[in-house]
Amino acid sequence: MQTVLSIAIDALAYGMVLFVISIGLSVTMGLMRVVNLAHGAFAMIGGYIASYAARDLGLAYGFAIVLAVFGTILIAIPIERLLYRRIYGAPELTQVLMTIGITFCIIGIANYVFGPTLKTVPLPPQLQGSVDLGFRAIATHRLFAILCGLAVALALWYAIEKTAFGVKLRASVDNAAMAAALGVRTEIVYAVSFAVAVGLAAFGGVVGAELLPVEPYYALRYMVTFLVVVSVGGAGSIPGALLACLLLGGIDTTGRYLMPEFGEFFFYLAVIAIICVFPRGLAGRAKG
Amino acid sequence: MKRTFLAALAALAMSGAAYADTIKIGVVGPFSGPFALQGKNFKAGIDAYMAVNGSKVGDDDIEIIYRDVPQADPAQSKALAQELVVKEGVQYLAGFYFTPDAMAVTPLLEQANVPLVIMNAATSAIVTKSPLVVRTSFTTWQTSTPIAKVAKDAGVSKVISVVSDYGPGVDAENAFKAGFEAAGGQVVEAIRMPLATNDFSPIMQRIKDSGAEGVFAFLPSGPTTLGFVKAYNENGLKSGGIKFFAPGDLTQESDLPALGEAALGIQTTFHYAVSHDSPENKAFVEAASKAIGNPAELSFPSIGAYDGMHVIYKMIEATGGEQDAQKAVDAVKGLAWTSPRGPVSIDPESRHITQNIYLREVAKADDGTYYNKEVQTFEKQGDPGLAAVK
Repeated sequence: MQTVLSIAIDALAYGMVLFVISIGLSVTMGLMRVVNLAHGAFAMIGGYIASYAARDLGLAYGFAIVLAVFGTILIAIPIERLLYRRIYGAPELTQVLMTIGITFCIIGIANYVFGPTLKTVPLPPQLQGSVDLGFRAIATHRLFAILCGLAVALALWYAIEKTAFGVKLRASVDNAAMAAALGVRTEIVYAVSFAVAVGLAAFGGVVGAELLPVEPYYALRYMVTFLVVVSVGGAGSIPGALLACLLLGGIDTTGRYLMPEFGEFFFYLAVIAIICVFPRGLAGRAKG
Repeated sequence: MKRTFLAALAALAMSGAAYADTIKIGVVGPFSGPFALQGKNFKAGIDAYMAVNGSKVGDDDIEIIYRDVPQADPAQSKALAQELVVKEGVQYLAGFYFTPDAMAVTPLLEQANVPLVIMNAATSAIVTKSPLVVRTSFTTWQTSTPIAKVAKDAGVSKVISVVSDYGPGVDAENAFKAGFEAAGGQVVEAIRMPLATNDFSPIMQRIKDSGAEGVFAFLPSGPTTLGFVKAYNENGLKSGGIKFFAPGDLTQESDLPALGEAALGIQTTFHYAVSHDSPENKAFVEAASKAIGNPAELSFPSIGAYDGMHVIYKMIEATGGEQDAQKAVDAVKGLAWTSPRGPVSIDPESRHITQNIYLREVAKADDGTYYNKEVQTFEKQGDPGLAAVK
């Protein structure tokens, strides 16, 4: 029983970290229909900014997170205006080629500016150490990541389903021309959602830095994992992504505990099985 | 056609050996991509050696030609080595970070009449693949065997071994098991985890459940190490008194600033620590830091490269600049010198380096940086792994 609980806690923590990092990609892919392979690169930029702010400038952790989110958005705005705007609605191959190119550029620049060594984001004393749950200890920052994941999920669900902006966003996605004719400034809607997605990536990069340490190849190393989460969850669906993260986190953690020799066999087996049954992901919407 | 070929061959012969005033050394390593830091260390070691000892041997100028293999890629490595030999006319091949890359090149050596000096690749078997291979780095067996004795001496008799599931990891697992069982200990469980593991919490739980008093770990240096060591602390293994043993790959100097507090007190055995206290090492670190730019990036591949250059210089001296691979290799068999890492020699039998292995502990210096503090020396260690492959 203890083992089961223990695995469940680990799975929840890992799943939530995955969720925080991947949800931004789910937004770009599902709502904006852009296959953004540079998502990991934006998460990495966030990690670098936070690491620089907290380690070299000695700023507080919370302030470093805010700086990372807005700094990354600032960097992403010109990229969106100059590059991404050209590929909205373009064929997927074009999008993949361009975003993977952006990823390589960012890797090169990060390597040049920050060097190839690992960078950490120093945690405040409150998040260091571990909490005793009675049957086992869990790192405090993992609990923090779980809370962040829940907060992000709730906030996004509210913004997309319940606010006027969410209505405009869904309208623009379903039929941009019609939405524009009705007076929705689709360009602004797209720019704002892109900024939100990038900000979420940066946020995830910082919060997940303890698990996925920041280094130049971060952008490529974890790309497959992020893409898998989005495709299993169904692009654009927040409950779907959450479910996918918890499910995959659970399968991965259990497999790793019981049979580490099989590596990621169970993880990908589950992915194949889910995609066979739900080709659009667990909560995917049919193409409009 | 035939005539052109002969002319080309003649030109090649003339440009080689007798008339040569520039001797070329081809160095293959990861100079871009995720392992670029290790390639950078190769270059720093080579530059440091040439800065200290000059870029001339006798009357001959030495020229280094670098070729980049970003990730383990035997086919590309072989093609580049071939190109270096045929087109560039190199007399020596050196470098090689990954074992498969080095393995792929060994069949070329005899025909090309070129010795291969391995500056990193750490699988025991490489030296057996060709009599023209000399290694100046270490093997995983060599660095992992002494830690078994350390573990036993620390009063630990039940250990669980946890390694990344790839060649060197399996080597480390076997080396530790052999050493630990010979010392009278017991390896209660051996876990192999996939290379792409990000979350180590379940592994830590497994270690706890196994009832072992200590854990032996091997992971390739880099991002995964950080996650592993942090998970070890955060899941209460450190506070629970489970001791941590590993070869020095886990606490390489360039990872220490990131590992920081989490790595404090971890014991590893390795052939080189940047902090090694000797006049030779002071001179080396100064020259290599200058070559690499940022001293915090200096790590163990640089010393393999530095001593590799020493061996090549000795080979060139012995052959007088003539291209004679066998003579060059014979000349360095039994060669002994004082390297920045301590006294070393080339074992005439295996052509692998015999060296001291040090037990180190991660400690905090007065200026707040972390370093590997050498606490015990295992003198003149050969490669126990060769006996295992035979």
